[in-house]
This record gives sequence, C-alpha cells and structure tokens, in this order.
Amino acid sequence: MAGYIVRRILQAVPVFLGTTFLIYFMVFAMPGDPIIALFGDKTPNPAVVAQLRERYHLDQPFIVQYFIFLGGIFRGDLGVSFSGQPVAEILAKTFPVTLRLAALAIFFEMVAGITVGLISGLRKGKLFDSSALLVSLVLISLPIFVIAFVFQLVFGVQLGWFRTTVGFGAPIQDLIMPALVLATISFAQISRLTRSSVIDTSGQDFVRTAASKGLSRRRIVPVHILRNSLIPVVTYLAVDFGTLMVGATITEGIFNVPGVGRTLYQAIIRGEGPTVVSFVTVMVLIYLVVNILVDLFYAVLDPRIRYAK
Amino acid sequence: MPSKTTNLPHFVAPVEETPLVAIDSVKVDEKPSNLWIDAWRDMRKRPMFWISAVLIVLVVLVAIFPSLFTAAAPNNNCYLQNSNGGPTAGHPLGFTKQGCDVFARIVYGTSTSLSVGILVTILVAVLGIVFGAFAGFYGGWIDSVLSRLGDIFFSIPYILAAVVIMSVLSQYRNVIVLALAIGIFAWPSTARVLRAEILRVKNSDFVMASTALGVSRFRILVRHVLPNSIAPVIVVTTISLAAAIVAEASLSFLGVGLPSSVMSWGNDISQAQTDLRTNPMTLIYPSIALSITVLSFIMMGEVIRDALDPKARAQR
Repeated sequence: MAGYIVRRILQAVPVFLGTTFLIYFMVFAMPGDPIIALFGDKTPNPAVVAQLRERYHLDQPFIVQYFIFLGGIFRGDLGVSFSGQPVAEILAKTFPVTLRLAALAIFFEMVAGITVGLISGLRKGKLFDSSALLVSLVLISLPIFVIAFVFQLVFGVQLGWFRTTVGFGAPIQDLIMPALVLATISFAQISRLTRSSVIDTSGQDFVRTAASKGLSRRRIVPVHILRNSLIPVVTYLAVDFGTLMVGATITEGIFNVPGVGRTLYQAIIRGEGPTVVSFVTVMVLIYLVVNILVDLFYAVLDPRIRYAK
Repeated sequence: MPSKTTNLPHFVAPVEETPLVAIDSVKVDEKPSNLWIDAWRDMRKRPMFWISAVLIVLVVLVAIFPSLFTAAAPNNNCYLQNSNGGPTAGHPLGFTKQGCDVFARIVYGTSTSLSVGILVTILVAVLGIVFGAFAGFYGGWIDSVLSRLGDIFFSIPYILAAVVIMSVLSQYRNVIVLALAIGIFAWPSTARVLRAEILRVKNSDFVMASTALGVSRFRILVRHVLPNSIAPVIVVTTISLAAAIVAEASLSFLGVGLPSSVMSWGNDISQAQTDLRTNPMTLIYPSIALSITVLSFIMMGEVIRDALDPKARAQR
C-alpha cells in the first residue's frame, strides 16, 4: 500500500507542474496586456503602470515570472489581487461558504442518487426505472444556469419558499436552493451509475449464495448488493468535484453566494489576471488532492487496484 | 467382435435420421453480420432513436435554412415599441425587453450553437483519436508522456479553462476561437476511452496475424486496430457535441463567450436574466430550445451506446 501511495503522489507532481504552467501561460503569455486592460478605456499613468508591472513581476521574462509564482505557492503566498487584498485572505473568507454549499450539494445528490439508483436497479425495466431514466436524461441535458433560473422563478418568485439570492453571512437555509441546483446534474449521473452497478452486483454469485443460505431480502439488499455497488459511485465523487467547481462558479454568480465561485466569476469579468490564476490554481490543486485521496480510498476498497501494473 | 456389434440393437440413431446438415448449414449467400449491422438492427427498433433522429434533423434544418422557419430578417429588427410584448401573429413567442422577436432570435441562434458544437466535436475527435491511439498502441514512454499530458489538460475543468482563455482573448471573440478554447481542454476524456479500448483490441489474434504477415506497425494501427476500437469514441463524441453546445451557452451566459451582437441561445438567456421577474418567458423559450437540442444529442449517444455495447443491452 505504501508503494502505491508513493507512486500515486509521484505521478501527480508532473501533472501539478504542467497544470500550473498551463494556467500561467494562458493568462500571461497571450495577446493582451492585463495591466493596460485594468485601466479600461482611460489612458494609464506610465509611472503607475511601471509600478504595477514590477509588483506583479511582469517586467521579468515569462519563465522567471512562473517560477516566482510557483515559489510563492509553496510559501503559501498566492499573490495580491488588483484591489490590493492578498488572494490567500480572499480565499480564507470565501472558501468556507463554498465548502458548505458543496457539502450540502453532495449530501443531496448522494442521498437522492443512490436511493433512486438502487430502486431502479432492483426493479429494472419497470415503470419507476424507465421514468427515472427519462428524468435523468432531461436533467443531464439542462444546463445548470437554466435549472438555476427555473428554481429561482418557481420556488423563489412564484411560490416564495426560498429567497432568490443568498443573504449576508450565507445562512444554511439560503444555501438550500443553490445546493439543490448544484446537486441536480450529478444526481442524474450518480443514480445511473448506482443503477448499473446494482444490476451488475445482483447477478454475482455471492448474492445467489446469500439468497440460497436463506438470508432475507432485507439483509441481502443493503449488506450484499448495495455495499458492493457503491465502489464506482465513490470514485465518481472525484470526477464530480470538477463538475461542482464549474457549477459553483455559475450557481454562486446567479444566487449571489459569497463564495469562491462568485469571486472567481467577478475576477474574470474584471479581467484580473493574477486573481484568476491564483483561484484556478487553488481549485486545480484541490481537485488533484481530492483525486489522489479518492484513488487511495479506492485502492483500500478494492485490492486489485493496488497490485495492478 | 464386429459381428457381435451388428447384432446388437441400435441405440444411436443412424446418420440419415439426424438432420446434421440442417443444423450446421451456413447461409453462404447472406451478408456476414458485424457489430455495425447488429447495432443498426437494434437501434431502429427503439423509439428513442427515431425521436432523437427527427429532432436532430429538425435542428440541422433550422440551422442551415433559418429563413424557412421565420419571416423575420436575420439582423432582426428590434423595435422598442414591441418591448416585452406578448405573442402576436407571425411572432408566436412574443418579444424581449429590447422589442426583439423571441422566436426569430431562437431560429437564427441555432446555427451558432450547432456550429460551435460541431467544431468542438471535430477538434475533440481528432485530438482524442491521435493522442489515444498513439498512447494505447505504442505504449512505453510514448504512452507515459501522452497520458501525463492528457492528465494535465484533464485536471483543469474545461469550462474554467475556456473562461480563462476567452477572458484573455477578449478582443478575438468569435465562433472559431470559442470552439478552440473549449476543444483544447475537452479532448482527454475521448483519448482515455480510445486508449483503454485499444489496449484491449491490440492483443487480439488478428493483430498478431497481421504482424506475422509482416504488416507495418502503423498500418496495423490504422487499418486493423483503430476501426475495431472506434465504437466507444463515437458514443463519447455524440455526447461531447451536446456538452459543447452547453459550454457555448454557459460561456456566453457568463459574458465571456460570443459578443452580445451575435445571436446565440446563450446570449439570449444571458440578456433575459435581468427580466426574470417581469418577463420570464423570454428566458424560458431559448432555454427550452437549448435543452431540447442537447437532449436529442444525448439521447442519440445513449441509443448508440446501448446498441454497440452488448452488456448495456443486457442491462436494459
């Protein structure tokens, strides 16, 4: 197991270097000057421009800039946004909100997705199964901002169950609606994954053995079928994390949730290169770490992974 | 001994009584069945295939010949006196706040969405097939380098990447740049699917037979391995077309996609979001058009997947 952990972490190093380089390259080596863009259509003061260039090391060659930036990450210094606030500070303030939103969304999608998937898998081809399949297809096809607006319109404006935007301090009851929106897309994926996994497991020999030993259906379904079907669902969480981050950018923008996604969205709109780079880098870092953790967890659940190759 | 056996009664039916010929006969004249013929036979029996096929044909027709579906001019004369107006004759879906005909904008926006989708799909398919085929077939260090490269692009969610690219390239916003921005980060999943399939196929007997016949490696890859491992790529590609259409709309919605002067569903939805309370239908109609288009491509992908994969067929 230790060997597997080391190998998995070593594999992540070039990916991390490549990813950060790519993001940095995209923002700073492309046409367009982020400093001039900052001034909009006004004529910038050359002294101010020179000072800003120095602060963001834009006077250095590109590759040097990248290594300064990389060094900063390892020291926990993520740079300063154009408004003068350290990016690490902005992250510290916004991250807990996004974390709460994401946790709530994962909770919703897991509970609903696994329940629906299990029932469909056990009653394959029945009415419940076909209608669940249809609903999941429709949900996959709906872009997240469409779902967000429909929810805002129906539950916020017409029924008045929730506030359409999140209030100060992002209390949990305001986060329910954005979390439900965020959960819809992955709900469809999780329910389908669970369904096919349950069908696969139900046909396994150990399930037949359990049944022939005289175990009741109420014991076979949760203990033998469900538990063994959840392994692929757990791995899906890693993929899901990417979906959640993109979804959070749009959902937080629409519902005005004061989290990482909305901050990133505003930085994009204002063209704040350094802030965008820092935020996307942090998101990618989290994504990489989550992926490693899920892989390791998967290796614990399924020993075949550990010994492969 | 043989004389004794002949005296014994027959316990085995004589050859002329068992119609062995009928059992073993091969219909020589019939075309041999293959994966694609089987898949087509399976697909055409399913209503979902026909529904999505009709929808896709309709969307393509609207995209190519928009003037067949609406009498309005393409540069869409918006008159402010129609602001937020309800449906009238010739304008079945009413008007936006700017007084634009909602239906006409949806019709003319179709080609934008579809062309972004198709361009992204071509890019993703080409990159994915090249990277996946070389990584899977040649293995070794080529596989390691290409797979890590894929990991790098895969670990940045492609909408976030496209957001970064499009905000940097703000003065070059057009359909081609947008398609490049989405496609450059969307190919690794196709490459992964193809790589896995090629790993499975390249150990088949027919590959060994070709090697024994002295066929070159590259020729084996192109003529024998690729055609036999392309099926899952077709499924992923169909679904990626849908994903690309969603990505275009999402980016335009975020304000980093196509310029607001371009008619696209994403722009329509983006512009209508401020009128959610006063005139929600201007937001709902383009959303419905977008969702139906995406749904038809996803359904088509599902049907093809089920038809090509016997395991999925058994699960149905």
